[in-house]
Amino acid sequence: MKKFFSTILLISTVVVLVLSCSKGITERTADAPALHPSNADTEAGTWKAVLLAAPTDVAVPAPIATNTPDYIAQIAEIKTWQANLTADEKAMVKYWSAGAVLRWNEILRELVAKHNVPPYQNADGTYPVPNAANPLAYPTFPFSNPPYAARAYGYVSAAQYDALVSAWYYKKMYSRPAPYKVDATLNVLVPKSDLPSYPSEDAVVEGVSVEMLKLLFPGDQDYIQQKAEEHRRARLLAGANVRSDLEAGEALGRAVAQKFVARARGDRAGGAVGTPAIWSQMETDCVAKGETPWLSLEFPKRPPMLPVFGKVKAFLFDSLTCISLRPGPPPATGSEKMKKELDEVAQLLKAPSREQTRVVHFWADGVGTYTPPGHWDAIAADDFITKNWSEVRWARNMALLNMALMDAAIVCWDSKFTYFNPRPSQLNPAIKTITGVPNFPSYISGHSTFSGAAAAVLGHLIPERAADYQAMAQEASVSRMYGGIHYRSDCEVGLVVGKNVGNYAVLRARTDGAE
Amino acid sequence: MARYFLRQLHKLLLVVALFAVGSSQAQTDMDAIMMNKHQFCSGFDYMHSSWNRYWEGTLKRTNENIGTITTQSVMFMPNYGISNNLNVMASAAYVWTEASAGTMKGMKGMQDITAFVKWRPLVKMLGSNKLSLFLLGGYGAPISNYVVDYLPLSIGMGTKNWIGRGLVDYQYKHLNVTASAAYVRRSNLTLDRTSYYDTQLHLTNEVKMPDAAQYQLRAGYRGKYLLAEALLNNWTTLGGFDITRNNMPFSSNRMNATSVGVTFKYTLKTNTHLSLIGGGSTTLAGRNMGQANAFNIGAFYAFYFKK
Repeated sequence: MKKFFSTILLISTVVVLVLSCSKGITERTADAPALHPSNADTEAGTWKAVLLAAPTDVAVPAPIATNTPDYIAQIAEIKTWQANLTADEKAMVKYWSAGAVLRWNEILRELVAKHNVPPYQNADGTYPVPNAANPLAYPTFPFSNPPYAARAYGYVSAAQYDALVSAWYYKKMYSRPAPYKVDATLNVLVPKSDLPSYPSEDAVVEGVSVEMLKLLFPGDQDYIQQKAEEHRRARLLAGANVRSDLEAGEALGRAVAQKFVARARGDRAGGAVGTPAIWSQMETDCVAKGETPWLSLEFPKRPPMLPVFGKVKAFLFDSLTCISLRPGPPPATGSEKMKKELDEVAQLLKAPSREQTRVVHFWADGVGTYTPPGHWDAIAADDFITKNWSEVRWARNMALLNMALMDAAIVCWDSKFTYFNPRPSQLNPAIKTITGVPNFPSYISGHSTFSGAAAAVLGHLIPERAADYQAMAQEASVSRMYGGIHYRSDCEVGLVVGKNVGNYAVLRARTDGAE
Repeated sequence: MARYFLRQLHKLLLVVALFAVGSSQAQTDMDAIMMNKHQFCSGFDYMHSSWNRYWEGTLKRTNENIGTITTQSVMFMPNYGISNNLNVMASAAYVWTEASAGTMKGMKGMQDITAFVKWRPLVKMLGSNKLSLFLLGGYGAPISNYVVDYLPLSIGMGTKNWIGRGLVDYQYKHLNVTASAAYVRRSNLTLDRTSYYDTQLHLTNEVKMPDAAQYQLRAGYRGKYLLAEALLNNWTTLGGFDITRNNMPFSSNRMNATSVGVTFKYTLKTNTHLSLIGGGSTTLAGRNMGQANAFNIGAFYAFYFKK
């Protein structure tokens, strides 16, 4: 019996040891260091904005002086907050100190992933379309598929950038110092800076993001507001801003956002879903050219994803340029070349290696993810964190990347629905894929176009990594062949077209006053 | 001549187990059968499991884009009696999957290896009544770098598991009732991608996997040559989240299933080294899982290292 109990004790010890093994995970940017710019970019108020004609388009009133009772009361407010900081509050300060543009980009990526799910069909085999006016009813609005997401990243980033250019203009103009410069006894939980703190750059980004997300993710207001409140409070708790810095910043951000909201309402994205007449016309036009038209491979057949997205107004060029960026046609569906490319895909999918499968899944960015543009934002963010850039330079570089990604989506979708080319599994049903077949035409590959554009922009912004970005773009591109959902032409031409789009952002980067 | 014939039959049965039919619900880590001291038993079990309905969260549905999902496996299971009350056992499986509709390609490969120590610390006899207590400890881990982030066509879950199980068996003459409960401690998973969304965005390739509990109640006839039992099984994931509407399944979903089944084991009277097993089960209720119907068939060979 003694042996019995000692054995039980031994077993219990093993069980406790096994159970106590930690399952904790540290996410990539959880411990991102506090933003501590090596260059404050004090002249950024002169940088070329995207929509604002002048940094003064939105007026920011002069701040109250730092010797007024009101200002002194605002300092006292910070001290009151700081007297009893909880662990949660300290964590909040640390989280937001990594950078406003970084954190709001992550929030946007999260919302995209949450909403990137195709609606379930109706009983009659048709599909419901999400309704922005009733975002919480099924299917919830939006379905943030890759073109929707690309546009969302583009607008949010461009609006953040314009708002910060304006903020930097007023910072220099009013030159009101940070609270810790006024009161040396103030406890500061983030790196100090000589940058004037009125209006608060954090509140600018918060305000502009809240307004843009209200448009893009109208059903997630509770969550967005909660993040916004935490962000503002983190800046107070940190001793980085007084309340009037935040109020002025938020108001500026919201007002600048309105200009982007107005543009978004008129950029033709509203009609991108098309109509049954448009869908069948595309098919008819393709047949008239003697080609095999694209067919949905879903059951029941799903209308193509945003077939008129190619008509959306781009940020980096006009609609004529957009058409000029359209590639020549894919190999004819009946041609020897197409047969060869189809056979190549079939061959690749016979017995994909583990490494090929890894590459497919690494870059798949399909249903339930933040999409390929979000993946490139994640790659960019990981590198930007190491650069010690100012908030305004972060915004500028994210805007260049995301305007290129949005415009890449436009040019790519224009090509897809101009040529209406079928997927490999349509021409050869024996081809079984190792990632989902996207529900839109094949030529050119969206992943390749996005990646070509992103690699061009990031290679310009961080030249020492240019070769790495090119290698990543190549891998993202070929992953679609390994997955069995694209031909070689789709991928190779997609990379070239993407690069051509990206070069417009590079051109802008060279002339916007920031380099 | 007879021995030659039996050896050939043995081989044939192994081939049948490998390539044709059947597999193993009759996992010996869940029953009250012990190998005797120095007795070694091993065999192959073929399993076929399929479903065309699944629970998306708690909503039962079909999906024309996958049709019927079929998983087949062949498992090798050696089992050895260190003593009459202490056994060690292992299992390793080759698994392959396919979808009957849509474009998604199935997967195949070596899945996991699992090893158990099975200990019977207590046996109480009261006339024709016999009550036994068993304690089992096990560990399982993948034996190949198979793709885990490809549900429902992945060949396995990919976690490394520590399993602790308590089992009580009551026998009256040839009738038995066996109840067991297990706790499965599951390791985190590593994905091929660098982020994922469950109920929030995670910027990591690592997935925190909820642990799970497994329960079984079985009862039936336990004869010298024939064992026949009815089974009630439950698998409950202790945490995890539901698949949202029309979304993809994910490894850390709250996967639950309750199934009923039968299992048989028949030892040949003409050659008591050899036994055949078989069984079947059907899923009654579930969450974030397919409503699987399964059957298995296998053959085992037992002998003594020393008498």
